[in-house]
Amino acid sequence: MTIATQTPTRTEAVQITEVTKAFGGGKCAVTAIDGMSVAVGAGEFLAIVGASGCGKSTLLSLVAGLEDPSEGAVDVGAHRVAMMFQEASLFPWLTVGANIEVPMKVNRVPRAERKRRVTELLDLVRLTGFERKRPHELSGGMRQRVALARALAQDADVLLMDEPFGALDAMTRDILHDELERIWREKGLTILFVTHNVREAVRLGDRVVLLSSRPGRVIEEFTIDGQRPRRIDSAPIAEQAAGITDRLRKEVLRHA
Amino acid sequence: MPESGVRDNRHVQGLDALELQPRHRTDKSSAAELAGRIWAATWPKATAAALVLLAWQVLVWSGWRSEFVLPGPDRVLPTLFHEVSTPEFWTAVQVTMRRALAGFVPALLVGVLIGLAVSQVKILRNAFGSLITGLQTMPSIVWFPFAMLLYGINESAIMFVIVLGAAPSIAGGLIAGIDHVNPSLLRAGQVMGLRGVQRYTLLIVPAALPMFVTGLKQGWAFAWRSLMAGELLVIINQQNSIGWALSQARQLNDAERLLSYIVVVLFIGTVVDVFFNWADRALRRRWGLTAP
Repeated sequence: MTIATQTPTRTEAVQITEVTKAFGGGKCAVTAIDGMSVAVGAGEFLAIVGASGCGKSTLLSLVAGLEDPSEGAVDVGAHRVAMMFQEASLFPWLTVGANIEVPMKVNRVPRAERKRRVTELLDLVRLTGFERKRPHELSGGMRQRVALARALAQDADVLLMDEPFGALDAMTRDILHDELERIWREKGLTILFVTHNVREAVRLGDRVVLLSSRPGRVIEEFTIDGQRPRRIDSAPIAEQAAGITDRLRKEVLRHA
Repeated sequence: MPESGVRDNRHVQGLDALELQPRHRTDKSSAAELAGRIWAATWPKATAAALVLLAWQVLVWSGWRSEFVLPGPDRVLPTLFHEVSTPEFWTAVQVTMRRALAGFVPALLVGVLIGLAVSQVKILRNAFGSLITGLQTMPSIVWFPFAMLLYGINESAIMFVIVLGAAPSIAGGLIAGIDHVNPSLLRAGQVMGLRGVQRYTLLIVPAALPMFVTGLKQGWAFAWRSLMAGELLVIINQQNSIGWALSQARQLNDAERLLSYIVVVLFIGTVVDVFFNWADRALRRRWGLTAP
């Protein structure tokens, strides 16, 4: 089991340079992110951790282009960006298959090609045969897998995930970690994964970026060692997570 | 790695199966279950109807009014069955229903156009938002004198009032539907790049549909009331209709026919209401808003 990371010229997929984002104006202005710089390599799995108010979600919105930075620059080059949230946000009036087709309709993919890709994507997230089900007939974990398939249907190679497994039970989350790791490698995705769960970050990330709160700044970056596939309960993961948790606690105490 | 892949696959499938199991039980329904469901839905309604008939009969027996003015169901129901067998009755129903449809369709168009415009343009909302709510509360009968002045004593006057009565509710339902689209769906649409016409056809319109149907139902209720008021007020000569039959029966002091037609009006209103409720429930079930 060797990972093919023969990337001597690992170009950056996402380049965040000295970004500041403030909401509102005048005295009520709130700075969500203050002078943040993060580079995410192509094919990298970057986990972003922080306590409340660290601007994690704002950061993803900036990368997705939903918002513009007040200062600095976010550069995703020619990469296509897709995004997932804590809620699957599937369209309840459409079947699973039709939900996955929505982004392809946006991209004017012909019908036959759409059907073929839906089957392919459902196989990928292991929901073969669920094409005609409706979202409310599925469990939370299955809905998130449909949401993942829908995100991949955008033909994106950069995937932004905003606490995607936050609302799931521990068992489902564990299994979805394995699934996400597998799909990330199969598809060669670049992933920015925001979470408040340090162990989850260490379980998944090549690198973990720890953010401060109010305003959000990068406190420290950690490179995670550990052969993949990893286990969330293995000793090296727990050990590295403990170190990061200590650092995060110090940051929380600063606000006490 | 293949080994681990197989293991993962079985884990996922096992978990899916566990989580889905309890939901499959109500999938199939046998003929006996269907009959049971129909019975369960019917008997309370049948009992209620019987109780109303009984109360009516008791009122007649009490001698509160003479039977000439207030006949009991024992006399009204045979009259009703006789009426139903005459071609004049069906002409009257046909004319009234044609008017209802001819009034409701333009009301629908006007309501949708106004609703779309008001929900999208902020200035229009500020200007007309409360006016639409105000129009909804207005008794439409108030418009009839003006309508007769505008159009004369003919069908156009009735149509005019139906549109004024029904369009605000339809517009209101559409505005509420668009306003209450789940923000997380809007965000998902934005992330997927839904824009312009596609944003409406793929996201906003289907998401707003359940509330729009509620608005349609309310609009129909207003249209039906306006139509009945109109047919009683705007008596168009020699034109048979339910309203005309009602006023004829009153002029001839024919209480039995009068009450028969009241039952007919109630019946038509109920049937259309049942249809809208069915559409509403089917939509909500499909949209996953209620448990199946």
